[in-house]
Amino acid sequence: MSDLRELYQEVIFDHNRKPRNFHGMANANHAAEGYNPLCGDKVKIYLKVDNGVIGDVSFEGSGCAISTASASLMTETLKGRTLLEAEKLFETFHTMVTGPEVAHLENLGKLEVLCGVREFPARVKCATLAWHTLHAALHDDHHTVSTE
Amino acid sequence: MKMAEPVPLHKPVPGFDVYRLREDFPILRQRVHGKPLVYLDNAATSQKPLAVIEAEDRYYREYNSNIHRGVHTLSQQATDAYEQARAKAARFLNARSPKEIVFVRGATEAINLVAAAFGRARVKEGDEIVLTAMEHHSNIVPWQMLCEQTGARLRVASINDDGELLFEEYKKLIGPRTKMVAVVHVSNALGSINPVKEIVRYAREREVPVLVDGAQAVPHVKVDVQDLDCDFYVFSGHKIYGPTGSGVLYGREALLKAMPPYQGGGDMILTVSFEKTTYNELPYKFEAGTPNIAGGIGLGAALDYVTAAGLDAIAAHEHELLAYATAAVSEVSGLRLIGTAKEKASILSFVMEGVHPHDIGTILDHEGVAIRTGHHCAMPVMDRFHVPATARASFALYNTKEDVDALMAAVRTAKEVFGV
Repeated sequence: MSDLRELYQEVIFDHNRKPRNFHGMANANHAAEGYNPLCGDKVKIYLKVDNGVIGDVSFEGSGCAISTASASLMTETLKGRTLLEAEKLFETFHTMVTGPEVAHLENLGKLEVLCGVREFPARVKCATLAWHTLHAALHDDHHTVSTE
Repeated sequence: MKMAEPVPLHKPVPGFDVYRLREDFPILRQRVHGKPLVYLDNAATSQKPLAVIEAEDRYYREYNSNIHRGVHTLSQQATDAYEQARAKAARFLNARSPKEIVFVRGATEAINLVAAAFGRARVKEGDEIVLTAMEHHSNIVPWQMLCEQTGARLRVASINDDGELLFEEYKKLIGPRTKMVAVVHVSNALGSINPVKEIVRYAREREVPVLVDGAQAVPHVKVDVQDLDCDFYVFSGHKIYGPTGSGVLYGREALLKAMPPYQGGGDMILTVSFEKTTYNELPYKFEAGTPNIAGGIGLGAALDYVTAAGLDAIAAHEHELLAYATAAVSEVSGLRLIGTAKEKASILSFVMEGVHPHDIGTILDHEGVAIRTGHHCAMPVMDRFHVPATARASFALYNTKEDVDALMAAVRTAKEVFGV
């Protein structure tokens, strides 16, 4: 039960019940769709990027608690960041949920609540779906991103 | 306040000792996350009894060699064992002859074989293939590929909110253009048992051949292909306590004879020259290359095991379990069953308000309870019920009332964790 609580932290429940930035975006200049065929999670990420800075970001879709909370937390974290910072965050986040335990997680802030995912390899794809989709959106890859 | 319906007592089936049978399955003795393993993912694959594990082991230890071609002793032993397994499969399905039993990798390969070989010879532009809305992807995609190649098209029969086939509507789809009816016997996502015998009768009166996907049926209901009168019946070995990579295509002899080969290679020929090849007789015409010999022998052992346990007793035991579990689910608020057909076998698919199936799966796993979550390779079924996925518990002969109790306790834990 203890590592279950590690996985399902209160912040995750909160973002699952009330996802932030959960809507479409009419004036987005980047967007991409992601799909996790294993569990049927679908996400669409919208971005408004001006001069290399993410002015606005939102998402739509349906998924499990981990993928919904991860997408919600990601949108909160990304607003106002440069594209370079966003890519760097993705890298650090990916290391956190897949790599061996790291003592120092630089500036992941709220995203650290997802560190419990590391103990649940079957759920890593849930946590990273939004991020992979973000990556596709920023690179204007119009194929649906699949985590399989 | 309305009193909840009392959960009916689980009635053990006379002469069926589930606790003794469990002893035959070594994997069931282990613990997962510190809890006794409760294995309820049998529709994905079943566990293997010692008889199957030992049959494969014995083949590799004592008489491993290639079949159908050696004059030496081991080759003869391997050939005999493999052909005995084929005879067992023929008896198991009540086929007229072992010639009608083609060994394949599984139900998927069997359907691909029929779609390719039968389709290539018989299906043309404008023809139709009739499916149902509850097919597994393996009984959709091969036909779709055939349609792409030939210009034929798929017609799909609808199901109702309980997950039952709309038979009257189904009949209307079967017409002069229909070249094949392919139908699942027991739905893997819903558990619905289709009225296969009636379907076959209706289609065959119109001279339309019928393929029955029995992957989820053979472990749970007795199948007699002569009584069903179907033209093709397919199943996978690993879902009926046999090895992965083993499976059976039953085909009516006249149809198999008329079909061109599926794959070319060794063992499926009589003579080869660069000018002309003559194909081997049935069933070898459809078995190119060295097959999964150990798997075939293991499958034979699995069919022996099921026959000894008795399919009628297994069916009665699983029916009791399903009734007990269905009643238990109705006691828990926020749970909804997907698939409530009157005729059902062994599948308990459900969704929980406020908790995604994938989250249910993780929490249940933590309690030692293994279930499947997702679309179960039946995405059209998920669309039909407007759910992205379901949680699915599926029963086998070795599951007990205690397994259902553990499932329900774990489901309550999931509700607690999510505060719903």
